[in-house]
Amino acid sequence: MLKIKCPFCGVRDESEFNCGGEAHIVRPTTDFKLTDKIFSEYLFMKYNPKGVFLERWCHTSGCRRWFNLARDTVSHEIIEIYPMGVFPKTVKGKKAYRANWRRKSKSEAVSKHAKRTKK
Amino acid sequence: MAKLNIDRGTRAFARKSKRYSIFSIAKNAASYHQKWQQAWRHAEPKSTYDAVIIGGGGHGLATAYYLANIHGMTNIAVIEKGWLGGGNTGRNTTIIRSNYMWDESAAIYEHALKLWEGLSQDLNFNVMFSQRGVLTISHSEHELKGMSRRVHAIRLNGIDSDILSPSEIKKLVPTINIDPNIRYPVMGGFLQKRAGTARHDAVAWGYARAADELGVDIIQNCEVTGLRRNGNQITGIQTTKGFVKTSKVGCVVAGHSSIIADMANIRLPITSRPLQAIVSEPIKPILDTVIMSNAVHMYISQSDKGEMVLGAGVDKYNSYAQTGSWTIPEHMVAAAIDLFPFLSQLRMLRQWGGIVDTCPDASPIISRTDIKGLYFNCGWGTGGFKATPGSGHVFADLIANDRPNPIALPFGLKRFETGYLIDEHGAAGVAH
Ligand SMILES: [Zn+2]
Repeated sequence: MLKIKCPFCGVRDESEFNCGGEAHIVRPTTDFKLTDKIFSEYLFMKYNPKGVFLERWCHTSGCRRWFNLARDTVSHEIIEIYPMGVFPKTVKGKKAYRANWRRKSKSEAVSKHAKRTKK
Repeated sequence: MAKLNIDRGTRAFARKSKRYSIFSIAKNAASYHQKWQQAWRHAEPKSTYDAVIIGGGGHGLATAYYLANIHGMTNIAVIEKGWLGGGNTGRNTTIIRSNYMWDESAAIYEHALKLWEGLSQDLNFNVMFSQRGVLTISHSEHELKGMSRRVHAIRLNGIDSDILSPSEIKKLVPTINIDPNIRYPVMGGFLQKRAGTARHDAVAWGYARAADELGVDIIQNCEVTGLRRNGNQITGIQTTKGFVKTSKVGCVVAGHSSIIADMANIRLPITSRPLQAIVSEPIKPILDTVIMSNAVHMYISQSDKGEMVLGAGVDKYNSYAQTGSWTIPEHMVAAAIDLFPFLSQLRMLRQWGGIVDTCPDASPIISRTDIKGLYFNCGWGTGGFKATPGSGHVFADLIANDRPNPIALPFGLKRFETGYLIDEHGAAGVAH
């Protein structure tokens, strides 16, 4: 059982939350020529690491607000909780962000987001 | 629905080693069971194999057995990180059935069920396959209507399936609570009589012994650390026991599929989740049918040892720890007690989790990859055990002939690009 510190309500039981899966996935923009392969990569393919994973959670039985969370998928240790639309700040969190294959994927390369974060 | 002749192979037990039979039990009793032959060799890796299977669970061992027995590939190895059947093969709730709605799923699960019927004879190993029937209960008018649609689709594929009324259910399962005033009242259900259970460890051991006898090397405590390739062709695997040269690698590693795929820079639509089960203290025989409920998300059966075996759905977040959150068993026990009030008197003995490889359409992946000689058999998610013989059978065919047969064809990785998904989230029932 996880104890999750909701940024808005404080520490609560895992059962009050829902996990929304991988964070920071960027939808490829349509002003590029999208192939089925690139869209499939965005829509279906998963980053599924054994180690630190960045994911979205929602405090469904509480304030119903979303936030990001960096968690180890082996020890279940929660490393960092940070707001939506923001990148992780801890060393482990940053490393997990870079380790994700999506950062080098075609689906992310053709998104506006990638161009913005490169600057 | 695609159908193939069930080729059970002809090469098995060519070495004429000692058979298991009632006579061998009697003979060994005379020597106080001290002289039983070793079931399989403790092999060390050779430098070269024609094919290597990564993963010594039921599906991997079945693949190796059928590669050797049907396709004549005996210079092969199974490489297992831990011990045989120590992953999901030894952690599931042993339910076997083939009552899936979509033609593609019906084909592969029925193929498996046909192989289950006769597997003990094929392997000369009692896998304790017991066709005790699987009953899926519905708790509302609407669920019952959806269920009858499924039953008709299943019957059109020639798979046995019957709708039962609450009173027929009470007759079949006298301990069930059919009071209409409980939280989830029993409104009806459907039964597959040919479905049932098997002894999960025996499946791994039986396949291992039979494969070993055909010359397959079974290498335990050996972890794969890397894949080597030359251009687009696989050339070997790096393991903790050294480099092994091979041009064909079959990955059957369930929850760890993404880890192996990463070594080859291949993307999979897999997430790894814990799936939990619990068993009670053993009691006298009281339940001889497998009961499943999709609405309350619970399935229950009684093992031959007398333990009540319960399972539920996956945990809600990714994990590689073979445990899980307490909320899941709590919910599963509450639902079980509602249906079977006598269960409240039982103590639960053990709880555990296995890491399952869930797929977006809840159907498996049996596929070639962009790398020549690298094959994946994964994505079975919460319901792989029932498919063990069928999965190994068609995967061996894929590896040996480098093309999927009609049963395996719909389960290729390409479906995530074409959109031809085999959506079994509802059609299979939650607990599959
Ligand atoms: Zn909150």
